[in-house]
Amino acid sequence: MLILTCPYCGVRADETELSPGGEAHLTRHGPGSSDDDFHGYLFTRENPRGVHFERWRHAYGCGKWFHAARDTMTLEVFGTYPAQTTEPPRDICDAITARHPGWNWRDFS
Amino acid sequence: MSDPVSALNGAEFHGLIDVADAGLTGMITLRGNLGAAKAKKAVKAVTGTAVPAVGEVLGSGETATAWMSPDELLLIVPYAEVAQRVAKAETALAGEHAMVVDVSDARAVLTVTGSDAREVMAKLCPVDLSPAAFGKGDFRRTRMAQIPAALWMTESDQFTVICFRSVADYAFALLKVAAQPGSAVGAF
Ligand SMILES: [Zn+2]
Repeated sequence: MLILTCPYCGVRADETELSPGGEAHLTRHGPGSSDDDFHGYLFTRENPRGVHFERWRHAYGCGKWFHAARDTMTLEVFGTYPAQTTEPPRDICDAITARHPGWNWRDFS
Repeated sequence: MSDPVSALNGAEFHGLIDVADAGLTGMITLRGNLGAAKAKKAVKAVTGTAVPAVGEVLGSGETATAWMSPDELLLIVPYAEVAQRVAKAETALAGEHAMVVDVSDARAVLTVTGSDAREVMAKLCPVDLSPAAFGKGDFRRTRMAQIPAALWMTESDQFTVICFRSVADYAFALLKVAAQPGSAVGAF
C-alpha cells in the first residue's frame, strides 16, 4: 500500500485515490528537436530499484498533478511537492541523502 | 415545462443507519483565482460565507461553500434560486478570469444519518473518519468504492454525500449494502 500526501489538499491519499503519471521531470522534445532527443523523451526511462521521482494525480480528490520522491524497493516516501517545478526541492533531496548517501537520479543528487 | 426530478426520486433505506435522497439541491461550480477580491465578493453574494480554507466547508443546511481544489469551490444553494445566484456570481466576477456553472442536475445528493454513519462511510471510503480526524466543517473529496464522491458532516451523526447523477443508483446500492442491519463493526 502506497500513501502519498497531496501537496495541494494536505490529504494523506491512499494509492487508490491517485492516478500514476509515470516518471517526473521529463524534458519535452517536440518539433524541431533531434531524433535522439525525441527518442529519449518518448522511450528512455529510469526504472530504478531505489530512489525514484514520479508524477501522480490526485484523481479522486482535487484533480491536481504533483510530484513524489520515493523508494521503489521499500515504498518509503521521501516527500511530495507541486508539479510546477523542474527540480525536486532541497529538503526532499536532503531527506533522500539521509537515507541513501551518494544517491543520484538523472542529473539530481 | 417538465418538473425537475432528482436522480433517486426520494428513495430511502432504513437499516443500520438511514440512507436517503437529499432531493433537488442547487449546486454551482466556481473556478478561478480564489484569492482574488472579486472571487471573495462572489462567494459572499451567493452563499454569504467567506472563501473556505483547504478542505473546509462553511455555512450550513441549504446554503454552504465547500473547498474542492486550489481553484474550485462548490456553492450549495436552494435549487429554485440557482439561476439567480449564478447571475449574482457572474456580476461580482465581471472582468475576472473565472467560470461559474450550474451543475445541480449533473449531481446527486444523499444523506447518511445515524449513530453508525461514520462506520458506514468508512466501509466505502479510504478516509480516516474517526471523530478525532474528521468532523463538522471538514470536506473531503474521495472515492466511494468505484466512484468519485464528496462528503461532509451536516450533523454530528449525519453525512451529506455528493456523487455524479449517472452513478446515483450505484451509490445508493453501495450505501444500502454497507448499512445492512447487523453489519456494525464498532470501529469508532
Ligand atoms: Zn489533492
